[in-house]
Amino acid sequence: MKKPFDPYADYQPEDFSFTKKNKKKIEQIISLYPQGRQQSAVMPLLDLAQRQVAEEGTRAEPVYGGWISRAAMDEIAKILGMHKIKVYEVASFYSMYNISPVGKHLVQVCTTTPCWLNGSDEVIKSCKSHLGIDINETTKDGKFTLMEVECLGACVNAPMVQINDDYYEDLTPETIKEVLALLCEDMKPEIGSQKGRKASMPLTGATSLEDQAKKAGVE
Amino acid sequence: MLNDEDRIFTNLYGFEPHNLEHARKRGDWDNTKAILKKGREWIIEEVKASGLRGRGGAGFSTGLKWSFMPKELGDRPHYLVINADESEPGTCKDRDILRNDPHKLLEGALIAGFAIGAHVAYIYIRGEFFNEGSAVLEAIEEAKAAGLLGKDAAGSGWDFDVILHRGAGAYICGEETALIESIEGKKGQPRNKPPFPAMAGLYSCPTIVNNVETISVVSTILRRGASWFSGLGLDEKNAGTKLFCISGHVNYPCNVEEEMGVSLRELIEKHAGGVRGGWDNLLAVIPGGSSTPMIPKEICDSVHMDFDSLREVNTALGTAGVIVMDKSTDLIYAIARLSYFYKHESCGQCTPCREGVGWIWRIMTRMVKGNASVEEIDMLWDITKEIEGNTICAFGDAAVWPVQGLIRHFRPEMEKRIMEYRKSVA
Repeated sequence: MKKPFDPYADYQPEDFSFTKKNKKKIEQIISLYPQGRQQSAVMPLLDLAQRQVAEEGTRAEPVYGGWISRAAMDEIAKILGMHKIKVYEVASFYSMYNISPVGKHLVQVCTTTPCWLNGSDEVIKSCKSHLGIDINETTKDGKFTLMEVECLGACVNAPMVQINDDYYEDLTPETIKEVLALLCEDMKPEIGSQKGRKASMPLTGATSLEDQAKKAGVE
Repeated sequence: MLNDEDRIFTNLYGFEPHNLEHARKRGDWDNTKAILKKGREWIIEEVKASGLRGRGGAGFSTGLKWSFMPKELGDRPHYLVINADESEPGTCKDRDILRNDPHKLLEGALIAGFAIGAHVAYIYIRGEFFNEGSAVLEAIEEAKAAGLLGKDAAGSGWDFDVILHRGAGAYICGEETALIESIEGKKGQPRNKPPFPAMAGLYSCPTIVNNVETISVVSTILRRGASWFSGLGLDEKNAGTKLFCISGHVNYPCNVEEEMGVSLRELIEKHAGGVRGGWDNLLAVIPGGSSTPMIPKEICDSVHMDFDSLREVNTALGTAGVIVMDKSTDLIYAIARLSYFYKHESCGQCTPCREGVGWIWRIMTRMVKGNASVEEIDMLWDITKEIEGNTICAFGDAAVWPVQGLIRHFRPEMEKRIMEYRKSVA
């Protein structure tokens, strides 16, 4: 669960500005909505701010992940002509906006019932022991933050974990460790099923669309 | 059971790329202009006649919903909003359409948009589906470059743009008016209805909100004819094909397109490799996503998966997210975990939901241990009945139905847990 918004915390930076490239993007985003409805751009802009910080974080020492400071929210309010509070309201309402600092890899373990039925407790345990942190904690090197989250909509590939933009599915307590180990070395683990199946088809092979499966060379 | 030639989602598992070239080979965007040329009245009537009911959970007639839009374009533009906020635990079907068959969605969007007089569609996708959203964005760009979207879309004379709007983690945004609020740049809190979105929706303009699966089946229905679709399934009220998600204690969890009205047992045994440990090891099933009340094995033995059959046994088809639980399951915890989910996701606007669902979760947490009194089971039931129907949106109902299902069918288990706990502390 995300932490409450603390606009006066020590970690809040003095200011924030979008990069030149992102300023261009902002114009394009605002143009997607009708004239006078630029408030619609608040969600994409919060996301953009978070991604910009994430990018900066990969070059920092120690590394950090994407999050949205109060200064960034204020900047967005200025750009969109909104009251600051309206931006704070949105940023604190949605779970994906990190409103306090996080690690470079945000490890979000789904533990809602379908994942729980298939062993998400063991996946959480495995993450904790491998990373040496508890839920809602960040490793000292800034590389990982561990979180427990609600249903991520990949229930037939349970248990699963989202790390930044990617889903890792059909996990076991062992395979999640392999994923984390690769990420720690800045390598890219295979995303999706860790049992090697195609998307949401049955592990032992398709029970429908068999001709297509054969044509595509899927076992 | 459904034959391959009657399947709509022929790239459900992504055997082929999701790009335009392959989508065209699968039959998408094949002379879409000819469909639009038949006119909006014809499209709406045909969709009505097909018996298509919304695939997002509520099951309202799609054609009828479209017919509520003002017939003529007035001062205010019309909008189509596509609900891709798939967040109901147990449900992951739209994800497969978004990542593996996005052109089916876009073609359906053009047809639906044309039918309701909209020049713009917003696809509201849950933020966590980052890669799925990127697949949709690619498809939009391809379709624009090929003249299928944009000015004079597909040569129809109708201008049509599709815009992807990413959510950011809030189950409540699957509720259509919360979703609209979210696109408007606010926190996702449902609006009072009426006015319904068809009168005043996005930016106070006439708006239709449809689920991804609903929109994605439209083009095939219109190509193959309403009677083809209505001829599939149990009857005309429970017609067509449906994507099912089978999760939990089955040997091979999967998504699959099947005929509406398929028997639950056949669905699980043919496609998901059966219940772990065999059918007799089944304890209960949540048939249509987390909010639908669970049914015990005796009902599962013979129940069929469609709107009316499931309603007859006090549950619902919902999103067709089938969560299977075998005899090893602590059903009380399984439901307590859902109560936590709903507590976490309540938008906080209505008191019965904001306070009541937290209350339910706390009692359920004690029920898991058995640290409760038997009378509290009745109290729990009463609380659910005070929440149900007393909130702005259906979230309150969705939050309490799982608990009601548990009490309805497994009250003796809850009592047993309480007795055991008493013995253990005595």
